[in-house]
Amino acid sequence: MAESLDSKELFDRYGPHVNDTPSGGWEGRTPDKLVKTHCCFCGMQCGIQLAVKDNKVIGFEPWEEFPFNEGRLCPKGVKRYMQTHHPDRILHPLIRENGKFREASWDEALDLVVTKIRAIQKAGGKDAFGMMSGVSLSNEKSYLVGKFARLAIGTANLDYNGRFCMVSAGTGNKKVFGIDRAANSWADIPKADVILIAGSNVSECFPTLTDYIWRARDRGAKLIVVDPRVTPMGRTADIQVSLRPGTDSALNQALLHELIRNGWVDLDFVSKRCSGWEELKASVAECTPEWAAKICGLDPELIRRVAAVWGPAKKSFLLHARGVEQHTKGTENVMSLINLVLATGRIGREGCGYATITGQGNGQGGREHGHKCDQLPGNRDIENPEHRAHICKVWGIRDEELPHKGKSAVEMFEAADRGEIRGLINICCNPIVSHPDHNFLKSCMEKLDFLCVIDFFLSETARFADVVLPGSLHEEEEGTVTSAEGRVIRIREAVSPPANARRDTWILLELAKRLGAAERFTYSSSEEIFNELRRASRGGTADYSGITYKRIEDEMGVFWPCPEEGHPGTPRLFEDHKSKHADGLFHLHTTPYRLSAESVDADYPLLLTTGRSVFHYLSGTQTRRIKYLVDQAPYPVCEMHPKLAQKMGFADKQLVTVETRRGRMTAPLFVTESIREDTLFIPYHWAGRQAANQLTLKALDPMSKMPEFKVAACRARAATKDEAALLREDVKGLRVVAGDA
Amino acid sequence: MSVLIKDFFIDFQRCIGCTACQAACSECHTHPGKPMIHVDRSDLGHTPQTTPMVCMHCKNPTCAQSCPTDAIKMDENGIVHSSLKPKCIACSNCELSCPFGIPIVDQKIQQMQKCDMCFDRTSEGLRPMCVTVCPSQALFYGTREEIAALRPESHPVNVWKFGEQRVETRVHVMLPHGINEMVVDPMGLDEAQSIADMAMRMKAPGTDVSPKVFEGGLPMSDQAEFL
Repeated sequence: MAESLDSKELFDRYGPHVNDTPSGGWEGRTPDKLVKTHCCFCGMQCGIQLAVKDNKVIGFEPWEEFPFNEGRLCPKGVKRYMQTHHPDRILHPLIRENGKFREASWDEALDLVVTKIRAIQKAGGKDAFGMMSGVSLSNEKSYLVGKFARLAIGTANLDYNGRFCMVSAGTGNKKVFGIDRAANSWADIPKADVILIAGSNVSECFPTLTDYIWRARDRGAKLIVVDPRVTPMGRTADIQVSLRPGTDSALNQALLHELIRNGWVDLDFVSKRCSGWEELKASVAECTPEWAAKICGLDPELIRRVAAVWGPAKKSFLLHARGVEQHTKGTENVMSLINLVLATGRIGREGCGYATITGQGNGQGGREHGHKCDQLPGNRDIENPEHRAHICKVWGIRDEELPHKGKSAVEMFEAADRGEIRGLINICCNPIVSHPDHNFLKSCMEKLDFLCVIDFFLSETARFADVVLPGSLHEEEEGTVTSAEGRVIRIREAVSPPANARRDTWILLELAKRLGAAERFTYSSSEEIFNELRRASRGGTADYSGITYKRIEDEMGVFWPCPEEGHPGTPRLFEDHKSKHADGLFHLHTTPYRLSAESVDADYPLLLTTGRSVFHYLSGTQTRRIKYLVDQAPYPVCEMHPKLAQKMGFADKQLVTVETRRGRMTAPLFVTESIREDTLFIPYHWAGRQAANQLTLKALDPMSKMPEFKVAACRARAATKDEAALLREDVKGLRVVAGDA
Repeated sequence: MSVLIKDFFIDFQRCIGCTACQAACSECHTHPGKPMIHVDRSDLGHTPQTTPMVCMHCKNPTCAQSCPTDAIKMDENGIVHSSLKPKCIACSNCELSCPFGIPIVDQKIQQMQKCDMCFDRTSEGLRPMCVTVCPSQALFYGTREEIAALRPESHPVNVWKFGEQRVETRVHVMLPHGINEMVVDPMGLDEAQSIADMAMRMKAPGTDVSPKVFEGGLPMSDQAEFL
């Protein structure tokens, strides 16, 4: 039973404070060297040069030669260097004692973690101890975590924060294509004639991708954006479809209905290259635009217009992201969109493409190599005997030493709530902010007998920990990541971790050694881990075996699959019009519309949806500590349409309290015409009383186990004086500090 | 041997309001922590449109004309520079007279500072910092011919009318074909052809954003007003 430590001393030392001063100050910033690496935020993984002086990152310089972004960056990338030597960095291992953290030696902290793991497992079985991870980690670390949890801890219960991100896309992609990767590199976007973006605020979540879309539009391409909000990209779209949250599959069924009715289907492709066409066709026979318009809250004519632009196009690119994926029917939403791509046969050719835009820094690579509860490296299935045999061989173990499928993220916390999971190691994840239904998660955290957190800052989750191990940032360790387009790229150790903080890899290897598994973790460098990952991935769908560090450096990245060293890599999948399923067919699935977990009613008459701001990344552990970003977006605001505001008697900037069946939060209102009249929007990057996830629900997609962040029934009222006072206190708590940690 | 300083183009419709340009500009060693480019929200609450503004580098700069001490100079490349420190009396005439609202007088250092199109970078053949990082390429550096070829749906314009004043600028804005000058009439805003409004009209037809305006806009920096 460990409560969150929230003392003033702890905040004074570990923040979050906001930093606005480069390491060493503004004067005389002449770097010793520029290190070519990548931004740590988001799946674009833009090339960037970090300016380094005396083992300190003191600034940045654009990296114009890197082909994806050619120097372009968003404000997070520009100011990212402010995190490295931030005064809030954890510099020593911390152990909870008498309601406080005290600094400890590595030996003491690591031994305590190992003792607790073994004690909990002795009492409750191997799986009573779990591990949560995240895909801001490099490929090497993601692979290592997968092996560490299974072989060193010996638990089946390992999962990762992709479960809160894009996992419905991966599930849908595997079902239809037999492979989980963007079908094309971004280079195909500018060549398309129509671009359909469903549920992605590209302009705020993936700013550097917008130029690719504009290059298509400069050639006359049409842009369709489907989103309950008019985003900066949607503002300029040819067609903006502001649909009701949770109704994507209905819209897409009606679009397919229209494609069929108007003869905009590639019958040769669907009959020869796909399975399930007749069933799919029959399933949308009644799905008229009028039917969908009622569900989606749209004009049926608008749906016809979208179909008329998408249907007859020669070349097209369909992009989607969290807006369609974070639903209890996320996998169906994804497959309903893929149906629009495959019905027209526009895939596997120049300018004809499809992709989910992966959100996290290594959201692509991190989800391929054994980080998930049901997965082994190379995107293998942990329950497939052949797949197990291959990995057992690479790891030098017997089958009975390899755990089977474990619990997914939310299920793991539910098991903790029931007392089945008693201990947890958490790395690269801040579930107390990013997990839905914050109050539920808080009680789970408090029920754990033991929590170890590996992080570079004292995240809100780390405040619940018994042991905190100070780890490393993206710029403090060599490795690779895989960007959202499937390009494997190199990240660089620009500087070493400060003081007594250690590289994450070192921490995991030390723990493995102390858990008695040293002989299975004998790596002397990140490259050695990568080379083992290559062997482990060989023959899997995510095959990295032909990719070497040298090739990545020489070729500015290599696209997987790349099965041998002479192979050029694969920027575009499906050029042979064959899927990666054994039968080579694209498996079409019907996606009958069904309701979200919660619908509006008299008590909770409004819809709530959540998302990102361009100024913050995920749970904000990094970006809430950088002053420039905090100045632009210091706290969440609740978006509301002026008509609704007028009806409810609210004024812009008024403090309102939004309530759901799970919790409530107070935020200033931002009255804007860019949102639907029946929907509120709150960004999720903040913690505590400002966490939007106090409101969301943990209902899961039965296929992908992804929670429904995008739809909740809610209501709003004016904030009370007490609520307003608390919010003012929270916001005034933002403090600036200068100087290195 | 001097490098040719090319032209600067602002394509308002592409701006996504991320302010990467501001963030990067504020990294410059000559004005650390203080951006010289500014991203405004045109009509917050009505539209997500944002507008980046750099110094337009007028061919006959009003700031220099209004300077009582002749402290503001244009160089042979047509770049208008920050005030000369020894001459500047920080009177703010430039700040008040500039039709684009660009110069900022820093009373602490008694000098007017403004965008010089990153002369330190452009003189070495690099692009200005804001252009280099701009993720949507709402900011572009090159020749008129290059941008005309890249973006055939619009064309560069550098003639402005502010009431009676006609201004020709070194920096261009991208506008729809058929519009050859920007008319800004501060006296008759119902006919508003402000920069923001102009940019909004460039929206491709078919968007579902209602054109109605309501009260409640505020610049981003005013968000903390409820405190």
